[in-house]
Amino acid sequence: MSEMSELEKLQRMCRVVREDILRMIAAAGSGHPGGSLSAVEILVGLYFSRLRHRPAEPDWAERDRFILSKGHIAPALYAVMAHAGYFPREELLTLRKLGSRLQGHPAKGRPPGIEVSTGSLGQGLSIGVGLAVAAKLCGYPWRTYVLMGDGEIQEGQIWEAAMSAGHYRLDNLCGIVDRNYMQIDGSTEDVMMLDPCADKWRAFNWHVIEIDGHDIAQVVAAYDEAASVKNKPTVIVARTIKGKGVPFMENKAAWHGKAPNAQELELALSQLY
Amino acid sequence: MNINMDMDMGPVAGEKSLLNYRDWAALPRKSCREAYGAALRRLGEINDQVVVLEADVGNSTKSVLFSEAFPDRYFNVGIAENNMLGVAAGLAACGKIPFANTFAVFATMRAGDPLRSLIAYTGLNVKVAASYAGLSDSYDGATHQSVEDLAIARALPNLTVLVPADAHQTVQAVMAAAAYRGPVFIRLSRAVLPVIYKEEAGFPIGRGRVLRRGADVTLIACGYMVYKALQAAEMLAADYSIKAGVIDMSTIKPLDTALLREAAEETGRIVTIEEHSIHGGLGSAVAEYLIQHHPVPMRLLGLPDVFGESGDYEALLTHFRLDAPGITKAVADFCR
Repeated sequence: MSEMSELEKLQRMCRVVREDILRMIAAAGSGHPGGSLSAVEILVGLYFSRLRHRPAEPDWAERDRFILSKGHIAPALYAVMAHAGYFPREELLTLRKLGSRLQGHPAKGRPPGIEVSTGSLGQGLSIGVGLAVAAKLCGYPWRTYVLMGDGEIQEGQIWEAAMSAGHYRLDNLCGIVDRNYMQIDGSTEDVMMLDPCADKWRAFNWHVIEIDGHDIAQVVAAYDEAASVKNKPTVIVARTIKGKGVPFMENKAAWHGKAPNAQELELALSQLY
Repeated sequence: MNINMDMDMGPVAGEKSLLNYRDWAALPRKSCREAYGAALRRLGEINDQVVVLEADVGNSTKSVLFSEAFPDRYFNVGIAENNMLGVAAGLAACGKIPFANTFAVFATMRAGDPLRSLIAYTGLNVKVAASYAGLSDSYDGATHQSVEDLAIARALPNLTVLVPADAHQTVQAVMAAAAYRGPVFIRLSRAVLPVIYKEEAGFPIGRGRVLRRGADVTLIACGYMVYKALQAAEMLAADYSIKAGVIDMSTIKPLDTALLREAAEETGRIVTIEEHSIHGGLGSAVAEYLIQHHPVPMRLLGLPDVFGESGDYEALLTHFRLDAPGITKAVADFCR
């Protein structure tokens, strides 16, 4: 298979995942489409290309670890996991329904493959530090990935974790910031300025890679670069568009945490690009 | 102090071997935190999965004793309690047994969110060693004392809550927590306390222990207040002819409800004693059970709805009537 066709395959997967996200959230009647749609390439590039994992054997000891620190985009993770083979795709439509394994925010082991429960923002990078420290301590070869929202890094605990990852020189840890410049109450720069974002991470002794987070080739290349960096953790600051793929949702803070109704779903699916 | 030899009084025959002495006034004293640090180090020797995290108070909590023996398994994350619990969660998620150390006030209130939503909710095998609890950091005052931690910790599903009564029980609680699979909150004292228990007494998680049989009232205590309750029971017998039983409720959750029912049936009156606010701690836990299943008259002794303040530890306990005379008077008034 040529390089080009692999990228095309990943791009096609991104489109299917976006459709699933929209259908899941519409069926649930609540959820977070904006940030789910902005992180699709980040997740697809990881789960279908660079993450070492065995969906049929979720507890495989040597698997890479992935922590969804921005737990509210669980629909994107569930969709990607379903397509990867962790559980049947039909289950996606049970999102947020009583008795479903697909909780509003990821809960450990529901379904298997969710490493820890997340959802309270700002905690995931600390977990990643703990996993990466454990791997170093025991000489395990696996890597740890943590996906954060950009609004999320306003939480102080992120910087406690960033400081410790730099201190421990955790080159087996890769953070990703979904830099869509939007949070619930508006633009990140209006609510609480994050730029210069990359400089902040550099100042905490991280290697920083800035990419277009919707260019799947750049996403995959960034994971490779991160794996090659020694003696410091890497963060990928992925410039993205909140609501990416659905024109009427793009860059609209209102679509951070609102489900489309039936009519809006139809419109979204017809416009999806 | 007089030792009453009445068979209904004094230590329980079956539990006698657990206890150090019967003359509560003349017990030797040991530092709970030194015992804790030594226990961690011993645990490190027998279990290589144990790792220790610290938030820059290692010389206070005595987690430093572990670091001297096992520097590679010791992580001082700096003054960052939230991150410490998060890192502990990550370590636990791949099989390590982390002991995370800070003051009880920070473990439950600053880091209350990762304690709840990460460790307790996920059910991770993290041991939170909550030091300097109660009023034991007496001179530092209200910001460093912790009289609300039990209320918070016991409200969290999945979390087991232990309160050892002395230095020997502190060691046993550490060993029991390490052997137990799941998140554990261990409430530790900064103080040098009378040693009630023999070293090898064990720490049966989920079981309270009857240290003295009573007929008129049962005193249910945890931590240092167990010693105060034993002293008070002697005074009640000598000065008021009140036969007071004493239970060490060393596990706040899961609560030994069978023992509670037994005590309520036997003595018909219950007094709880805790170095904690009377809102939400041991007394509340006991009351929640009894009011629904075996209601008997109760009194809750502890701090009223106030913060602590700076001062000598024993003077502070006396101020809040948590010394033996204060407890004795409250129980005598109750039983009158």
